Amino acid sequence: MSGAASWSFREEDAARIGALLDRLLAESSARTALLVDRAGQMLATAGQAPQFDPITFATLTAADFSANDQLARLLGENEFGALFHQGEKDSLYLADVARRVILVVLFDHTTTLGLVKLRVRGIVGDLSRVFADMFAREGAGGGGGGGATGSGRAVEGGFVGEAEDEIDRLFGGPA
Amino acid sequence: MSLINYASREVNCKLVYYGPGLGGKTTNLEYIYEKVAPASKGKMISLATETERTLFFDFLPVDLGTIRGFKTRFHLYTVPGQVYYNASRRLILRGVDGVVFVADSQLDRMEANLESMQNLYDNMAQHGLDLTRIPFVIQYNKRDLPNAAPVTQLEEAINPGWPVSNPARQQPTPNPYRPGELLISEMNGAWIERVPYFEGVASRGEGVFDTLRAVSKMVLKTLG
Repeated sequence: MSGAASWSFREEDAARIGALLDRLLAESSARTALLVDRAGQMLATAGQAPQFDPITFATLTAADFSANDQLARLLGENEFGALFHQGEKDSLYLADVARRVILVVLFDHTTTLGLVKLRVRGIVGDLSRVFADMFAREGAGGGGGGGATGSGRAVEGGFVGEAEDEIDRLFGGPA
Repeated sequence: MSLINYASREVNCKLVYYGPGLGGKTTNLEYIYEKVAPASKGKMISLATETERTLFFDFLPVDLGTIRGFKTRFHLYTVPGQVYYNASRRLILRGVDGVVFVADSQLDRMEANLESMQNLYDNMAQHGLDLTRIPFVIQYNKRDLPNAAPVTQLEEAINPGWPVSNPARQQPTPNPYRPGELLISEMNGAWIERVPYFEGVASRGEGVFDTLRAVSKMVLKTLG
């Protein structure tokens, strides 16, 4: 067992993922694609900028997917690999990527669920490979910084001190 | 697990408030929500029952602003305290960076505190996480109630400490939050480590920010 770790999402990761999400949107005619990690943090968005609060959205997406995972297990299924939420105007299609990330596609009546499902199926394998590379890199201890720190630290020197000062300011004086 | 997003220049850390039912976890978050400057807080979400008991979780994002070019944010979660909501509790612990255990100081809640602490340890282990190795603090809440147990009694029961096996750390280590007290000490020939604790009356805000400040700094240190 371990303590809490950090993982990093580099600019080159964002570029690879952004290209895949753009392709998905072009092929499916969906509006927006988002990637959320299972702990509830937004990783990337592509397409039309969301009109909702992305932090809240990421939290609820992770909770939704996790709760449905447990439902699947109650039924004896290993997982529900994808979920669909239908609205009057907008709908969501959610799919698992490499068991650590959730792909969310937001679409409206300009496309169909069938086309979105088909294109998502096509892209999940590519996204899984990108994340597998990232996790392998993190596992090998290469998470620190994408060259940003050059010291093996997750953040550059001085970050922690400044963040602590900000905590004192925001939460009311030094502890 | 903290996420450092170099593409969007963001650092996100996840804090979870754990503890027995009706112990004051949601009250902690509500007080933080009420007091933090509007520009620094996001929307608070509560997935609760009709009687306002937490069903799945409460969530509050708190923004520290941009530090060294990185937008830095803490995601605060509570879990449902009631015993039968364990599946929800386990899910919320996924990717956790720091834990606050909100204990109920009342004597008749001692059993519930201990049961919840064991449950926390077990659920962390299911995620491959060792509670003794992550930022962790305890808040003894409801100190204003007449049937509140003495803190020494709560400490003995809830925070007895775990063995320190690393010889380099086997030395008296002061508790930075309690002058004159130790976090690492020798007892009967064995070295043990306790976690920092805070006394609180969350309904009046007492101890709420001391607790949050301590755990959030402990989490930040893991990044440096």
